[in-house]
Amino acid sequence: MEAIYRALLEKKWMYVVSDTLTMVERNLIRYVRLPQLLIFSTIQPVMFLLLFTYVFGGAIRVTGSYIDYLLPGILVQSAVFGAIQTGVGLTEDMAKGLIDRFRSLPMARAAVLAGRTLADTMRNIFVILLMFGVGSLIGFRIGGSVSDAVLAFAILLLFGFAFSWISATIGLLVKNVETAQVAGFIWVFPLVFASSVFVPVETMPDWLRVFAEINPISVTVNAVRMLLLGYTDAAETARLAWLAVVWIVGILGVFMPLAIRLYRRAA
Amino acid sequence: MPSIQIRDIRKSFGDIEAVRGIDLTVEKGTVLGLLGPNGAGKTTLIRMLTTLMKIDSGEAWVEGLNVDTEAQAVREIIGLAGQYAAVDENLTGRENLIMVGRLYHMPMKEAQLRAADLLGHFDLTDAADRTLKTYSGGMRRRLDLAASLVNNPPVLFLDEPTTGLDPQSRIALWKIIRELVAQGTTVLLTTQYLDEADFLADRIVVIDHGKVIASGTPQELKTELGDEVLEVRIRDISRINEATAALRSIGESQSVHVDFGTQTISMTLDQGVGSLPKAIRALDVAHVEIEDLTVRRPTLDEIFLKLTGHGVRV
Ligand SMILES: Nc1ncnc2c1ncn2[C@@H]1O[C@H](COP(=O)(O)OP(=O)(O)OP(=O)(O)O)[C@@H](O)[C@H]1O
Ligand SMILES: [Mg+2]
Repeated sequence: MEAIYRALLEKKWMYVVSDTLTMVERNLIRYVRLPQLLIFSTIQPVMFLLLFTYVFGGAIRVTGSYIDYLLPGILVQSAVFGAIQTGVGLTEDMAKGLIDRFRSLPMARAAVLAGRTLADTMRNIFVILLMFGVGSLIGFRIGGSVSDAVLAFAILLLFGFAFSWISATIGLLVKNVETAQVAGFIWVFPLVFASSVFVPVETMPDWLRVFAEINPISVTVNAVRMLLLGYTDAAETARLAWLAVVWIVGILGVFMPLAIRLYRRAA
Repeated sequence: MPSIQIRDIRKSFGDIEAVRGIDLTVEKGTVLGLLGPNGAGKTTLIRMLTTLMKIDSGEAWVEGLNVDTEAQAVREIIGLAGQYAAVDENLTGRENLIMVGRLYHMPMKEAQLRAADLLGHFDLTDAADRTLKTYSGGMRRRLDLAASLVNNPPVLFLDEPTTGLDPQSRIALWKIIRELVAQGTTVLLTTQYLDEADFLADRIVVIDHGKVIASGTPQELKTELGDEVLEVRIRDISRINEATAALRSIGESQSVHVDFGTQTISMTLDQGVGSLPKAIRALDVAHVEIEDLTVRRPTLDEIFLKLTGHGVRV
């Protein structure tokens, strides 16, 4: 680690990388010190998984077993819910005056946001692996190839990362911890439930189905689902995977510059 | 070249004009005390000078660097301890300081040494490796001040640095600030305490409603504003008018204030303690019985009353 830092410090333009690493480290220490934070952030998706598998699942008709259908959706949901924490964490830092401290230092302007979103993405790695574990215990089986599973995993993380930047933008706009908590869920809830996370969209009324089909969460869930379950239609799988990547790139393209701009002028 | 130079800077928040055209110069290696009541614009001024906030109009330079157009260079050479401690709760004291060192792009070894050094200086060595959750308010405050010194800044901004410190830590901090200044650091500090400005500052600027209303050396301001106040508590409240008239008659001051709750009359002694006998004689002649009598230094509230016609807003 130290060697990496030293190499980075040699070159001024690499400050953005070394500062981001410093911020990632700072954000991750929290989870090491307070493992309960991680536990709590996994309880919710585990509850959803159990609730839908054992309570609602019997009433939901899908091709194949419901747990196989559900788990990819739950993975995307976990990544998205995890991303809400990005905005909440940022507003906490604002409230504590830490953002002021950082802004008075000659550090790279983007590092605070990059450090936060990357740390939250790393936390998502843990949450997603854990959900895989719990899912396997109650009957989920990967049906596709290992490389497809790795690709699905990468899409999940990138999707969460992109949503972290939306969440950061909201946090910087509302500037207040409680509002960030509420505002974080308000826009995420309809996206998660009017999607193919829990049920096939075919059963929805037309107007909702249109929304659910273009919803980036559905697109990502469908791509991850096909990759993990090993659907035979390779062309359709590739199309959905690309569509998910387009969404990710699009979200990042809009919200990264937006959040960084808001951060620069946050007063 | 002065260390800090401010020319006619202004800042509004919507309708509120927080800073309304302030000019200031702080010479290298000196301390400027910015004194003002709540809402005077002290924090706003500091935030503009430390690049946290855009200046609406006017210009400011720190060590010749323009705070607006050369903000990143300014950040390299300033230290800031804001009004509220800005430290990371989840890290230890040492980790906080090392993090700040890293963000100044120090090599790890240097950041560690600097952290240990500062922890010692601020009497935090014993608590260095505990997370901040276990720190008291005063300890956080001290750590925050330590964080503002990590880069050995030639220019230091301190926003109410001793608010919330016990008297002992307060004196210790004053000592540290004096040492820094002796080594050539320029300090701009805000305070609501007259004695603090008096002890630390080479020059004091009093601001209110975003404007400078008085400035000078502590000595100058004290002669101008710091007259002793006589306080008399009388035994019989029904004699209050006679007592007030008696005190006015010695021709000392126009500012005689009556507090009916405590049965106390206070009056500024323009001629100093020397006129005390005159006051007592006048009360005696008017047959006013004195229950208690004290002479004290004016409070900040009284000074503002004198300068602005209104007291310190809370
Ligand atoms: N971000 C802001 N938005 C709106 N108004 C603000 C903002 N910051 C400060 N103000 C207003 O500007 C004025 C000056 O505030 P400032 O914080 O600079 O005063 P201060 O002298 O530091 O007071 P205190 O002694 O209470 O810290 C006040 O009227 C305050 O309400
Ligand atoms: Mg203030």
